[in-house]
Amino acid sequence: MMIRRLKDDLVKNKAIYIMLLPVVAYYIIFKYAPMSGAVIAFKDFSPGKGIWHSPWVGLDNFKDFFESYYFWRIIRNTLLISFYDLVFGFPAPIILALLINEVRLATFKRFVQTVSYLPHFISTVVICGFIVEFTSTGGIINSIISFFGGTRSALLGDAGNFRTIYVSSQIWQEIGWSSIIYLAALSGINPELYEAAKIDGAGRWKQTLNVTLPGITSIIVILLILKTGSLLDVGFEKIILLYSPMTYETADVISSFVYRMGIGANDYSFTTAVGLFQSIINFVLLFSANSLSRRLSGNKIW
Amino acid sequence: MRLSLPERAFSVFNGLLLMLLAVGTLYPFYHVLMASFSDSKQLIAHSGVLLRPLGFQLDAYQAVLDNPNILNGYRNTIVIVVTGTLINLIMTTVAAYALSRTFMLKNTLLMMIVFTMFFSGGLIPNFLLVNNFLHMGGTYWALILPSAINSWNLIVMITSMRSIPESLIESARMDGAGEFRVLLRIVVPLSMPVISVMLLYYGVAHWNSWFQALLYLRDRETFPLQLILREILIFKNTESMSIGAGVGDQEAIGESIRYATIMVATLPILLVYPFLQKYFVKGVMVGAIKE
Repeated sequence: MMIRRLKDDLVKNKAIYIMLLPVVAYYIIFKYAPMSGAVIAFKDFSPGKGIWHSPWVGLDNFKDFFESYYFWRIIRNTLLISFYDLVFGFPAPIILALLINEVRLATFKRFVQTVSYLPHFISTVVICGFIVEFTSTGGIINSIISFFGGTRSALLGDAGNFRTIYVSSQIWQEIGWSSIIYLAALSGINPELYEAAKIDGAGRWKQTLNVTLPGITSIIVILLILKTGSLLDVGFEKIILLYSPMTYETADVISSFVYRMGIGANDYSFTTAVGLFQSIINFVLLFSANSLSRRLSGNKIW
Repeated sequence: MRLSLPERAFSVFNGLLLMLLAVGTLYPFYHVLMASFSDSKQLIAHSGVLLRPLGFQLDAYQAVLDNPNILNGYRNTIVIVVTGTLINLIMTTVAAYALSRTFMLKNTLLMMIVFTMFFSGGLIPNFLLVNNFLHMGGTYWALILPSAINSWNLIVMITSMRSIPESLIESARMDGAGEFRVLLRIVVPLSMPVISVMLLYYGVAHWNSWFQALLYLRDRETFPLQLILREILIFKNTESMSIGAGVGDQEAIGESIRYATIMVATLPILLVYPFLQKYFVKGVMVGAIKE
């Protein structure tokens, strides 16, 4: 029955299915094949033998990871960077959107928006170039520090500063771009609600609290769910450009560890296991955050 | 409308705060621009805010433009951006059109696509696939094909295409147009705004990408600009550009060369940005509101 209907549909929408052929091929080859390739996490893979002929080792690679000297270090670094990014980086664009929304002068509003989106389009390499220059001993950040009576030092080489530098530069680069989605939601709030609030005697602050914020709550919750699903996902591009053996102690995260041990040291099976661990935890977190939110607030991503 | 005193005070404070943010965002670019025109020795001796170039010179730009690595990198990047973006646009447009129609397997396929946005095999299996199984290592295909479709962009485009009135498509079909004709003659022309947004997103992504090149390319001659930039900005390797200068001067010249390199590599984006910025914002809005 199903198959019969499918056959009819294949004939009826032949052109659509032909169009989808390269698309499906793309997803199978470049997305699903690597997912099944992740079985090497349970094997002792060597490129010479290939996936099939490499011996199974069960959960050994995972056990090695959990027992390794680096396990707690990279978990701690990943979670701390994510946590700081959540605490400071998540509210920042919401606050910016609320402030931009209060601007009455259209040209000034457009100017602030245009300027604040710009860094999003600058390459990671160039952003890291900025960071390297500005945190150097003669750089501008050190000038500010010495102006307030501190002493100049090579900031990026000091493990104690790495997370601060990483998270604050991340906020600098993305605050404007991330605010767009909130501005879109703000522009969708019914103006009559503001009128009604004004009649009830609400000032600007009360209006923000009772009309504006509720108007963007659902988008905030959805973005928060997505953020929860990437708690272990600190991107490695910026990390591997900025860190050095001197700062591994605070800078090395799961993804940079996978890169260094996998690509650098060819430890393929072990690092695939580490990557798989990360993907699975993220997926579980996303799933739980989504069902929690669906139950509590009705907001959900699926 | 008359504002009360606290409200006026807030407006002024808000304006100042946003102005400060704008200055904080633009200053690094301004600093780099001024430093790139500055005399290296004065630049090294100076620390703090730079409001104007310290002694005007264009030697750093001369050195950058004379550097074969940078010119070569520029050329390679342009090849990758043009080919990559073209493939991205064709794949995404065709996929979005097909997935905005009604057919039986549609929801299954959409689920398959959405799943990949939240779960992936990870860096190493991807690397082994492209490098060891598809043997794309050393070619630009390794930088282009694995990212032929960005699923977020695809979803934005599907949402936008759904808003095209069905009656337009029906009437074209009445005139005997098949799916391919409808796509080319009706849907693509009506989707130009979202297609131009995609052009920008994909184009900028290819321009800025460096990690895939680091993974897959081996021959220096084929390196894109960002990989050359990484050597100059992060590893501070500017020796090839300051050959001929005395030993002590090499380091000095390197200083302004690094700034000039940032300018040369970022200029194309800085130049097109003001003109195109309203389009990308629209693209995000389309995705955000319809979601």
